Amino acid sequence: MNLNDYSFQFSKPSKYLNATLLIIPMILLFIGVYGGLMQTLFRAGIVQSDPFVGGDYYKGLTFHGVLNAIVFTTFFAVAFGNALIPYSLKKQLNTKIAWTSGILMLAGSVMAAVTILIGEATVLYTFYPPLKAHPLFYVGLTLLVVGSWVAFYSWIPMYLEWRRENKDKKTPLAVVGMFTTFIIWFIASLAVAVEILFMLLPWSLGLVDEVNVMLARTLFWFFGHPLVYFWLLPAYVMYYVFLPKLAGGKLFSDMAGRLVFMMFILFSIPVGTHHQYMDPAIGAQWKLLHGIFTFAVALPSLITAFTIAASLEYAGRKNGGTGLFGWMTKLPYFDKEKWFFPYLIIGLFIFIIGGIGGIINASYQMNTVIHNTAWVPGHFHLTVAGPVMLAFLGGSLYLIGQFMNKKIRLKGTAMLMPYVYTIGLFIMSYGLKIGGLKGMPRRTNTGASYANPDSILYQPDWIPYIDLTVIGGVIMFIGVVMFIASFFTTVFSKSERETSAEGVSVTFPISESLHDEEAKWLRNFKPYVIIAIILIVISYTPVILDVLEATYGGSPRFSPNSPVPLP
Amino acid sequence: MDKSEKLALTFSGALLLIFFSAIIYASVVKDINVPTCITDFDPFVTDTLFQTGPDSYELQMVARMWAFQPSTIRLPKGSTVDLYVTSQDIIHGFKIERKNVNLMAVPGAINYMRVTFDEEGEYLFACHEFCGAAHHTMAGRFIIEADIDEPEITNR
Repeated sequence: MNLNDYSFQFSKPSKYLNATLLIIPMILLFIGVYGGLMQTLFRAGIVQSDPFVGGDYYKGLTFHGVLNAIVFTTFFAVAFGNALIPYSLKKQLNTKIAWTSGILMLAGSVMAAVTILIGEATVLYTFYPPLKAHPLFYVGLTLLVVGSWVAFYSWIPMYLEWRRENKDKKTPLAVVGMFTTFIIWFIASLAVAVEILFMLLPWSLGLVDEVNVMLARTLFWFFGHPLVYFWLLPAYVMYYVFLPKLAGGKLFSDMAGRLVFMMFILFSIPVGTHHQYMDPAIGAQWKLLHGIFTFAVALPSLITAFTIAASLEYAGRKNGGTGLFGWMTKLPYFDKEKWFFPYLIIGLFIFIIGGIGGIINASYQMNTVIHNTAWVPGHFHLTVAGPVMLAFLGGSLYLIGQFMNKKIRLKGTAMLMPYVYTIGLFIMSYGLKIGGLKGMPRRTNTGASYANPDSILYQPDWIPYIDLTVIGGVIMFIGVVMFIASFFTTVFSKSERETSAEGVSVTFPISESLHDEEAKWLRNFKPYVIIAIILIVISYTPVILDVLEATYGGSPRFSPNSPVPLP
Repeated sequence: MDKSEKLALTFSGALLLIFFSAIIYASVVKDINVPTCITDFDPFVTDTLFQTGPDSYELQMVARMWAFQPSTIRLPKGSTVDLYVTSQDIIHGFKIERKNVNLMAVPGAINYMRVTFDEEGEYLFACHEFCGAAHHTMAGRFIIEADIDEPEITNR
């Protein structure tokens, strides 16, 4: 799949670094996915224990969330930046700093994973106090986040140098996208750093006895919603930069891409309280304000839907499609040689449904109907476990082929995987969403109560939806196994081309633009970052003041196993 | 900017504006809101129910690992309940089945919502925030009946 005439020579240390950053999280992802499969079985009461977690559903739920949503995604975003930024700017990565970042992230992930697996951090991936995890769990998460900051830090001098050398040129769109991702990530993760370092870590170590639960929760969601854009934006980079080229066309509008990324910088962060609509101690008017900003951040996604559809139409017509919808049939859906295309196009299709669900969740009063019901995991599997996961898997396979100098093996399997996975995803999410509308709670081992005919809590009208999640979950798992087979067969296959002593030559499918405008007002991050900070101050100051005013007392430490506080 | 692009942008903006107007309408005209910040209510540690009018009640509910106190609330049809909720240990939460009531119970804070029961029946509320090993057994019920002599609450 050599689609571009330009390739960039990466040094050996960056080659090994990126291969490590792709392979190790893939193993962790698979453990997490196994956890996901077991959850559907637990929830339906089909199994009561498994060899990994014993009878502890919630331990499995914790590692499913942490490994899949936090560890895998962060590693991929960093590896993707480590590859795409040097490639686009034609500058070598500072491998010393990049390796430091990789080692911090690996050490942190292992710490977090071990504390979860030994049962010392059954706090789910939101780690709300006053449930207390082992201090090393918090340290591990901190190292993971700090490691990703270090990676970002290594890209900044490359960008500044490029800007100095290319005064009148537009920064490549891929670089704008990756910098947007990490600017949002950096600002947002400051809040969770404050939560962990000044609140949870000293409290879990016993240095302080009490924690303000609402304050910690509010800081978490300051981070928690921009986190979803940290997941989504690398996928957007692939949609804007790779997809039009893979389809055989051009990006419809370069300016639209730049506008979208800048809008994400503005509106990604002052929205976190929409996860706390049902919380006490925050004024409803401030919740509404966060709701307004949430609607503002829906706009760039609507623009994206248009721009990408227009790009695909251009490609379809170029490929010989005619008529109002005829162009849709002229795209490489089942072309083995373009196996990457389905990972992106199917993801976009899922995202239409995921996005509509998101607007429902954000709609203030309407959130009452779905908050913390099974609808919510139904929604985020259609977003993070849909478009994001597929783009990241496709991206991982592409990158590993490039960096390890291998031909992709089991191409047909890899090409079909998104279709299989998506069928499962739709069935599972339908079960979760409709079950949620019927009142089924999320994060709950229903198999041991609500789905058990012998329990006084038995809810017969939830059962069909719980059963759908099992069917969907099994199909999704089969999809992931197909991917893992292709990925690791590729990793362990013999190198196709001769490896040169200096490193490895890497190519990306970079799209040209159909409409290319000057757009000088979209060239500099600085004004957008400043406005974003102003919006954050406006939206969060009253929220924090409300929380501080309306809460009383502090909370001691609790284990998930006892109602009596820990000493 | 391309003409079709402008059209798409305008349409997107208008769509979001319509959605947003619907939210404002529901909030202002229909008075459907989400929980707000409560500062003038004394913290409580035990559950109580008392009548505040012919058809209205105030219920103070305490969530704890792993039960709601009270877990069963029996009330006459047509009752309006001012529901105050807190937690005595970690975070809990619940949604009342078939009702627009969804509340997080957070230690150190009081949450509030008003609910009216116009129809007879049983209304399950299941804890919907992970609260430890027996989280899935934590639930309660409102039982609404046409004619009962005395409203009552029970703890299991």
